[in-house]
Amino acid sequence: MIEVAESGKLERRSVVRALLEDRGEMLAIGGLGAPAWDITAAGDTPQNLPLWGGMGGAAVMGLGLALAQPTKPVLVITGDGEMLMGVGSLATIATKQPRNLSVVVLDNEHYGETGMQETATRHGVDLAGMAKAAGIVDSRKVTTPAELLALRDAIRAGHGPIFAQVKIDAASLPLVLPPREASILQARMREAILGPKAHLQ
Amino acid sequence: MTTVPDAAEDWPDQIYDLLKQHEIRQVALVPDAGHSRLIKRCLADNDIKVTTLTTEEEGIALVFGAWLGGEKAVLLMQSSGVGNCINMLSVPVSHRTPCPMIVTMRGDYGEFNPFQVPMGNATQTVLEAMGTLVKRAETPEDVAPTVDATLRMAFNTYRPTATLIGQRVIGAKTFGK
Repeated sequence: MIEVAESGKLERRSVVRALLEDRGEMLAIGGLGAPAWDITAAGDTPQNLPLWGGMGGAAVMGLGLALAQPTKPVLVITGDGEMLMGVGSLATIATKQPRNLSVVVLDNEHYGETGMQETATRHGVDLAGMAKAAGIVDSRKVTTPAELLALRDAIRAGHGPIFAQVKIDAASLPLVLPPREASILQARMREAILGPKAHLQ
Repeated sequence: MTTVPDAAEDWPDQIYDLLKQHEIRQVALVPDAGHSRLIKRCLADNDIKVTTLTTEEEGIALVFGAWLGGEKAVLLMQSSGVGNCINMLSVPVSHRTPCPMIVTMRGDYGEFNPFQVPMGNATQTVLEAMGTLVKRAETPEDVAPTVDATLRMAFNTYRPTATLIGQRVIGAKTFGK
């Protein structure tokens, strides 16, 4: 169930749970900070790659993965601050038009890990508009549970690339930390995709 | 009159052959004049996915994503682009994943443009400070064996590696002066 906070905005963990529910072969990359805790709260699995760093790189990591595995859906879930740092990657993704890549920005309009300073989206910067202008035709802003369910269906339909700016409540939630040893995080995802030969490549 | 390409002209083709031998499937790049011939070869190859980046640090991220999905990738860039990659190099270092880079040097040997010198002079130091194994190729004959070593060390030992192709190999841009 997708929850709406007192602010009238969507509750982030319920958003991420809904996007990852019954995910099948979907591979998920969680951007540095709260989105990494959110995908972990939804259930840590080898198909998740939560990031502890590389700010600004999550969307393009998703692109490299989507190009390498064109039959598997790839979902990047990241924050507004992380996306803004790598905003040029919207152009890079648009030039490749990967059908299996979706980028979902959980937009709380703040840098949550560093003391809730305002991001550019707090001042009206329209990330979905930037993505659309870059050439990601299916770029949308999501503010209601119904819109989120429609996004979920679109991601599963595989007619990407898809970009979504999901307006979420700004509350900081209890940390749900994934493993911190990043060699394990990459090796487990590779093994989930490639089987034991992942380690003999 | 027939012309046989000499080694000085041939090294980009030798790099292309190495990319094929090592089964490279993705090439990420910000263009450089020194890489133009290699870029053309890659674009003409249907088995290589070429992604032109807006900034070089995207390339570090893209190479990582490709490796997650089981594809080998390389990053092509100019020395000035190395400066854009610094923090992103924490990704292949911390995840222990291959990240080979082939870098054409500016600000290195007979440079004309003052702005190229600071980053060109710092390229090797900066890469090494971020845990990258760096080898230099200063003659056309050096290029292929050095790139081969860079690819082998990346994929065999799981870390960022780089070949720096010196401006002596490429020739300095003179702006007509």
